Amino acid sequence: MHKLKKNYIGWFFILLSVAGISLFYFYPMIQAFLLSLQSGMGANLDFVGFDNYVRLFNDPTFITALTNTVLYLLVQVPVMIVLALIFSVLLNDPTLKFKGFFRTAIFLPAVTSLVAYAVIFKYLFANNGLVNDFLMSINLISNPIAWLSDPFWAKITIIIAITWRWTGYNMIFYLSALQNVDKSIYEAAKIDGASAVQQFFQITIPMLKPIILFTSIVSTIGTLQLFDEVMNITSGGPGNATMTISMYIYNLSFEYTPDFGYAATVSYVILILVVILSFIQFKVAGDRD
Amino acid sequence: MKKLKRFFIYLFLSAAAFVSIFPFLWMLVSMTNQSVDITKGRLLPGSALVENVQKLLDQTQIGTAIWNSLIIAVITTVLTLLIGSMAGYGFEIYRSKGKDIIFSVLILSMMIPFAAIMIPLYRLFGQVSADAPLIGLDTLAAALLPTIITAFFIFFFRQNTKMFAKDLVEAGRIDGLSEIGIFFRIYLPTMKTTYAAAAIIAFMNSWNNYLWPLVVLQSPEKQTIPLLISNLGAGYTPDYGVIMTAIVIATLPTALVFFLMQRHFVAGMMGSVKG
Repeated sequence: MHKLKKNYIGWFFILLSVAGISLFYFYPMIQAFLLSLQSGMGANLDFVGFDNYVRLFNDPTFITALTNTVLYLLVQVPVMIVLALIFSVLLNDPTLKFKGFFRTAIFLPAVTSLVAYAVIFKYLFANNGLVNDFLMSINLISNPIAWLSDPFWAKITIIIAITWRWTGYNMIFYLSALQNVDKSIYEAAKIDGASAVQQFFQITIPMLKPIILFTSIVSTIGTLQLFDEVMNITSGGPGNATMTISMYIYNLSFEYTPDFGYAATVSYVILILVVILSFIQFKVAGDRD
Repeated sequence: MKKLKRFFIYLFLSAAAFVSIFPFLWMLVSMTNQSVDITKGRLLPGSALVENVQKLLDQTQIGTAIWNSLIIAVITTVLTLLIGSMAGYGFEIYRSKGKDIIFSVLILSMMIPFAAIMIPLYRLFGQVSADAPLIGLDTLAAALLPTIITAFFIFFFRQNTKMFAKDLVEAGRIDGLSEIGIFFRIYLPTMKTTYAAAAIIAFMNSWNNYLWPLVVLQSPEKQTIPLLISNLGAGYTPDYGVIMTAIVIATLPTALVFFLMQRHFVAGMMGSVKG
């Protein structure tokens, strides 16, 4: 009897969460799939089967948004993870001075609101902004770079912005993991004559593999959802040069003539990409353990 | 040779620290300058702080926006912590095969990108608008409800509960406490640091949330801080001084809370990563 009661109470503790996640995640997911089979303006939706999915392949804006998002992912995530690893290894050195200051400084961007920093970056990278002023004053460039109005540089600006915001965040994970690594392993490697670079690739990276996997999956999911920065730095422009999938979904639902069905189809692409990429990352990083 | 290497390490780290801090310094300095001076690239403090604050108060509904953001963030944080910790505790203390399967299914929801469920959620709140106007579209309740229950916090509390001394639960039972009493009178007070870490994350997430409030809140008097900043930044003739002041107001509270509670935060992050 007592055991039965305890079991009953155990369910009580998790009840609200199960209900909430079902209502706010799983139910909308099923709804999104049903929506993706319909098309029409606003509330007048008709069942069209898989037409929306076919439409994706002939939609240049979707293809641009997808290409941009994948490009951000392929360039930004590796750059950020490598930078975060380098910072964490350097800052894990016990003989280094001002460690606390460097750690705090590099982590600082992670506490800002995405909208606030995006607006700041928009002004820093404006034609007459401080970044151009600085680059010209050190004679690196002679004419201002059109950071926000050139399709190539606008993408670079978005990549710089996300890297600024998230590198310190990832660094903290690596730093805390490094602190758990037994120092005698490094001592032994030093005695065997391993250089700092060898130690990095043969001890640090393998040790941190689970955390690197964790951060790369989180970053991948984050990048696939990229919205706040693009919306506030470039509004997806020039043209659609910085448009992301999330922003396209937003535009399809709330900016253009609303077509919730097609927007839901596009949103399913993000979901499928997240699942595929996480699976690949697990395979690549997980199997060699 | 070794000294030279050290020098380059310090140079590299200093450059990185400068790049990280500079936008903050710039926003703080710009808060005290007039718009014209900011566009000219002035990097020294000016005397326009009072003027900027005054303009921000006169031209925007900054007070309302702060109030809305604060209400949303406080309610979200309290409910997130309560519901999330109860679930984390429930899954770890009352283990059973059935619950382990449910836990795995809930964790899967972490993989669902928000953009993928945004439109059905919007329609869901649209449907309830007629019957339950208090939680329908364009209400603060609609802005916070979908963010309260997330698998992340359930996972976070479950991981940290692994470090909780389970003997205390038995001791509580022997002392005649009810199961719910044990949770509130033993577990909750012992896990203060875990709650502190979760509170920082939940508050910052809510305070900085943008996409869902943008979708669900339409009227100006329902605006939150990120929406206000985004609108200010999108204007054709932006007043940089005013915008910078708003950004500082949006950033400083979370940055301060974070630095006051940094230790708990890092400890909490560790707790959730270790398996």
